Amino acid sequence: MPPIIEVEDLHKRFGETQALDGVTLAVDEGTVLGLLGPNGAGKTTAVRVLATLILADSGRAVVDGHDVHQRPDLVRPVIGLTGQYAAVDEKLTGAENLHMVGRLLGMPRRVAERRADELLERFSLSDAGDRQVGTYSGGMRRRVDLAVSLVGRPRVLFLDEPTTGLDPASRLELWGITRELVGDGTTVLLTTQYLDEADELADRIVVIDHGRVIEEGTADELKDRTGGRTLQVTLGDADQLDDASRRLDGFGDDAISVDRDKVTLRVAVGTDTELAARAVAELASAGIVVEDFHLDRPSLDDVFLALTGHAPTGAAPEEPAP
Amino acid sequence: MTDLRLPTHASPDSYQRPTGLRAVVHDGRIVAWRNLVQLTRTPGLIIFTLIQPVMFVVLFNYVFGGAIGAALPPGISYAQFLIPGVMVQALVFGSSTTSVGLADDLQKGIVDRFRSLPIARSAVLAGRITADTVRLAVVAFVIVTVGMLVGFRFEGGLLLGIVMVFVAVAFGSAMCWVQANIGLLVPNVETAQTAGFVWLFPVVFISSVFTPVQTMPTWLQVVARNNPVTLVANLQRALSLGEPPAGSTWASMATPVALWIVGLVAVFAPLAVRSYRKV
Repeated sequence: MPPIIEVEDLHKRFGETQALDGVTLAVDEGTVLGLLGPNGAGKTTAVRVLATLILADSGRAVVDGHDVHQRPDLVRPVIGLTGQYAAVDEKLTGAENLHMVGRLLGMPRRVAERRADELLERFSLSDAGDRQVGTYSGGMRRRVDLAVSLVGRPRVLFLDEPTTGLDPASRLELWGITRELVGDGTTVLLTTQYLDEADELADRIVVIDHGRVIEEGTADELKDRTGGRTLQVTLGDADQLDDASRRLDGFGDDAISVDRDKVTLRVAVGTDTELAARAVAELASAGIVVEDFHLDRPSLDDVFLALTGHAPTGAAPEEPAP
Repeated sequence: MTDLRLPTHASPDSYQRPTGLRAVVHDGRIVAWRNLVQLTRTPGLIIFTLIQPVMFVVLFNYVFGGAIGAALPPGISYAQFLIPGVMVQALVFGSSTTSVGLADDLQKGIVDRFRSLPIARSAVLAGRITADTVRLAVVAFVIVTVGMLVGFRFEGGLLLGIVMVFVAVAFGSAMCWVQANIGLLVPNVETAQTAGFVWLFPVVFISSVFTPVQTMPTWLQVVARNNPVTLVANLQRALSLGEPPAGSTWASMATPVALWIVGLVAVFAPLAVRSYRKV
């Protein structure tokens, strides 16, 4: 089965800014692709092209077999879009917003009302359904925005930084909803600048910066590919630290770091997990009391830093307003 | 979280979107409903819409009425002169809410939402302008009512009076299409508020709306006489009096107004739809 989203060599320029500089990616149906990058990396531009909102300068973007430039009319019924800010009408109630979109999609009044009720209930907004959205909290707004984008049961959902600016509880709730949607077979393209979010939700991650794809893979692959792991061993007896350090010497790539206060040794073992296992076995067979040991993976933050040379939330210039 | 499966595409209801022109009407109606509901929940806009024309009628009638009334042909009260003019003035100024409203929708991402839906491309504009036209009709009704209180009458009968209101609302609606272009081109609401409003002052005031044109300097009279606002205001006055002024006929007065209204829509509606596709 061909991927439900296919993007090939997409370019888009806004004045001086090359927002997309040859982006290529593919998303299989029913999976979550995390598009990860700092502000101004081109994430939103990519989503806007895929959601038929802007035309790319060159390249190809296909959703559910239809080219977004040639047949936007066939792409739109398949997609749902939830933007960075809640694009719902603040003067209308939550129910009215949902109802309006249902009617616009061609639902008869009754069907639109039932669908609105279903979604309000699912998003714990039933009690607030008759209140104007302007009175909602940030988390509620984001929920109603997501609900609105689900009215037409889209097969492909674009979540453009869905949790930016949300409190931790609302964030967790949105993650839960996203997982359920994926469980029901929805394909999700998620843009985020939060590494933990991509790590948490995405089956595959595409890292972009300055409009280019700089790395791609599962979260684990990305972590493995950029630098190795660190074996951390905590001993039961501080007097054995020097002995242990000598014995571990042959295993590490670099110098062994010893933390005498925590009675802990750290040694970089690359990506070879077997090497780490042998190192621990060596200590144990030498009669050194190993109280605890574990392999630290690099965080996605480390990955990001290694790939782009800057921290993920670096203040790059925002994309120009459309 | 409770076990409430999201009702997604597992069980689609069967429904179908209308196609072609019916889609435009269907979608436009829903968007118009949304804009009207929004209007009723924006007290500031209701006040702007209703109070402003009332103030113009009362202020101009009692403050300028004495002075300007003296320059009018005998037998015509200032109220009779003023009301058709104020109506055009109020509807032309009222058209600026189209640009502000569209800019607001753009800024808040609501236009993005509509554009990502499989709905008619012209529906958002058509819906907004339909709603704005309804609002303009309400303004016109308020002005006639207040006008009656200060001495304005449909001298030519109710039918011509209705035609008068219709012409003013049609011209205001055509101006909304001009404003739609401004709303789609400016970067934010604040700019729309200025860009949609400021140019209306010379357009409205260099006309026969508040004072007879012959009281202006000669060079300005040339501009004022050819200003569509003057053409509309003069037609309005003739309709309210029940007869065209000496030297004019209904046809000679109505034809340029009709051409202006049709022309404005023919030029600015397609331009607006084109900008809407691209924003």
